[in-house]
Amino acid sequence: MRSILAVDDSASMRKMVAFTLTGAGFHVVEAVDGQDALDKAQHHAIDLVLTDQNMPRLDGLGLTKKLRENPKFKSTPILILTTESSDQMKMAGRAAGATGWLVKPFDPARLIEVIQKVIR
Amino acid sequence: MAETNHEGQSAGDNFDLTQFYQIFFEEAGENLDQMEQMLLALDLAQADDEELNAIFRCAHSIKGGAATFGFADVAELTHQMESLLDKLRRHELQPSAPMVDVLLESSDALRLLLARHQGKRIEAPATAELVQRISALAHGTAKAPVATAPDASAVAAVNMAPVAIRAPTLPAGARELELHIGPLENPTQADGIAELFRDIPGLGDISSLPCDQSDKRVYRVVTTANDTDLLDLFTFHVSKEQIHIFDAATAPAGARTHTTATATATATNGAAPVPSADFGFFDGAPGMPETDATVPTAPVVSATPQAEDPPKAAARAASAASASASAAGASGAMESNTLRVSVSKVDQLINLVGELVITQAMLAQKSSELDSAANQPLLAGLADLDRNTRDLQEAVMSIRMIPMSVVFNRFPRMLRDLASKLGKKVELVTHGESTELDKGLIEKITDPLTHLIRNSADHGIESPEERSAKGKAEHGTITLSASHQGGSILIEVRDDGKGLSRDKLLKKAREKGMDAPDSLSDADVWNLIMAPGFSTAEVVTDVSGRGVGMDVVKKNIASLGGTVEIDSAEGYGMRVSVRLPLTLAIMDGMTVQVSDEVYILPLASVIESFQIKPSEISTVAQGARLVKVRDEYMPVIDLEHVFQVPRFEFNASSPIMVVVEADGLRVALMVDELIGQQQVVIKNLESNYRKVPNISGATILGDGKVALILDTSSLVRRSRH
Repeated sequence: MRSILAVDDSASMRKMVAFTLTGAGFHVVEAVDGQDALDKAQHHAIDLVLTDQNMPRLDGLGLTKKLRENPKFKSTPILILTTESSDQMKMAGRAAGATGWLVKPFDPARLIEVIQKVIR
Repeated sequence: MAETNHEGQSAGDNFDLTQFYQIFFEEAGENLDQMEQMLLALDLAQADDEELNAIFRCAHSIKGGAATFGFADVAELTHQMESLLDKLRRHELQPSAPMVDVLLESSDALRLLLARHQGKRIEAPATAELVQRISALAHGTAKAPVATAPDASAVAAVNMAPVAIRAPTLPAGARELELHIGPLENPTQADGIAELFRDIPGLGDISSLPCDQSDKRVYRVVTTANDTDLLDLFTFHVSKEQIHIFDAATAPAGARTHTTATATATATNGAAPVPSADFGFFDGAPGMPETDATVPTAPVVSATPQAEDPPKAAARAASAASASASAAGASGAMESNTLRVSVSKVDQLINLVGELVITQAMLAQKSSELDSAANQPLLAGLADLDRNTRDLQEAVMSIRMIPMSVVFNRFPRMLRDLASKLGKKVELVTHGESTELDKGLIEKITDPLTHLIRNSADHGIESPEERSAKGKAEHGTITLSASHQGGSILIEVRDDGKGLSRDKLLKKAREKGMDAPDSLSDADVWNLIMAPGFSTAEVVTDVSGRGVGMDVVKKNIASLGGTVEIDSAEGYGMRVSVRLPLTLAIMDGMTVQVSDEVYILPLASVIESFQIKPSEISTVAQGARLVKVRDEYMPVIDLEHVFQVPRFEFNASSPIMVVVEADGLRVALMVDELIGQQQVVIKNLESNYRKVPNISGATILGDGKVALILDTSSLVRRSRH
């Protein structure tokens, strides 16, 4: 089973994402912010990281950069969830090493669709 | 609202978002609490970046959830707040008192909106005015409206011109657009979009235009909002692919889409546009499966016309990335180690542990009859069981314990409003917020504490002029503290105001016809203010209410098994100390026997006990009986009589009197025997049987028998009739 690390400081969003992905047959590891995600990433096998951007302690872009520094996550897909679909956000995402982005709010089916484009 | 959208898209997958509503509501409430606290603590002159970021995140987080779960009104208001907060954290605007005010008012309004979504039947708050005020503040120093200038540096805010929006001619910055929606399976979905314009004041005007395709709808829209914001709103009702926005002038036939995809008109690097821009992948980015041709590559680095302030956004993103832990961060991290469980589950657990404690006590009692030499292993095992049961009980009880900060946190806001209403300057200092108390008690202590703090602010703290005349600091201070003391919790409300006046209190008491000799001790004089109907304020204000003051506070606290003490020094202030048991589920009780029945008295209400001869009881008019205790006659209540306990033996042993106090009155209860003191687990009688007069609950004793817990305050009341 493929494992997805779902990172969001909002519990309701996290639960919604986890529920959606579990329903689609993924194993989900939840983290409450970038820092927590880094810790969890150490101890779990992760096939894809789905992270919110705006979080306390360490945000989505920061998490992406840190993960990319680790050889283990050099080519792991990382998707950033953002409410800002602005150009700057996207450029910053690309510069940080993200694989792609998804605008919030999103539909659960859309989330699965996007994720399945990257891992199957 | 959002459901239509989901049904439309999820093709067979049955996603029920309602199951996440409760989590969202709780989370939004926490975010609002946090935001309120941080706003109140905000130093306007020197706002800390991390604080502003944390406040922003609260609004942002609520907005994200509200948008996801389809609460458009909540999303809209938080969106406005977020826009203002975003400008603050980017230092495009300086925080000001009116901003804090409007944000606090908005958070009140959000609470009401959320309560409505939770099914509470309350009136919808007027958010339109708030939206306008926030918008005015956000754009107060900003450049001209965004939409006309593609490179304008404004953030992605619905940019509203507060008044001019509905004027017949196009207001400054407004655009006339044509909106093509469809194809739709159910064209009525589009009606929601028209409703948005009615629901969100200042969004603009919408009117329906004729359309020859039955699965499509065409509207004419006049708005100052930019395309991104419009799309954000519209996607509550229909999916992004079905929305096409055109400039009214150039619109109809040719269908040059004006959505985010059109944005590529200003693209800087010529990346190919993709019709649906709600997700995207970066070309050649790590993590992409290289062979997958179906992946739409990158609308990505193509510009949108609503580009946000470029250098600042990038700089902010970079600095945010390295942001260190903040208050919000700490609580966020804590959450990973916490678990949300419904109170009923915890109560069930507590109940089961209570049963276990009783079973254990029964075993212990039975085992005492066993021969200790022959049954040594069994007895050792029972001793272990005893210890483990107690530990388990303590651990389970601690689950219900929550920190006092939950109550304390509501006071800064209240006091701020109160002080400005009263024209006083008051500062609140709190200590011991982390002290834990049973959830049930926390809920019930809130009102009395609110009352005490209002009292202090209203009657205690003087006006700034009066204070400086007395040589005091203009700012009055109210100190709220909580600490554990033995098996109870001590909560103190202290102020440095004018304090109580012994002379005034005595005079007032005499005016009220109360017995108030000069010889009364200070403590007794202070206690006068807790007598029913006693109010010391010279002017009754609408803040502290009329007359229903301290007596109600005292009564409420007494009903929780607590006590109130007052201490004061005239001119220097006053201190009210509230002492409460840690939990409502366990009580220290005194076991007494009447004939063959065993009753429990709350130890907190027992004053003393002594043995008397039947002849020392005197009977007065109407059969009332009195006993003389140190020159004071006290009503006697014969429990045997009250509960009609059958008596089979008539030995004339001297009865025992147990003096109990409740509501400030004392009575002597007549019992046969004092058995001892013990902790009892309180079982609710009402929910298991029915309400019984003079009984507050029941417990199960070590021998398995049920014993009733006496309601001392109703027994005392009985003695007065």
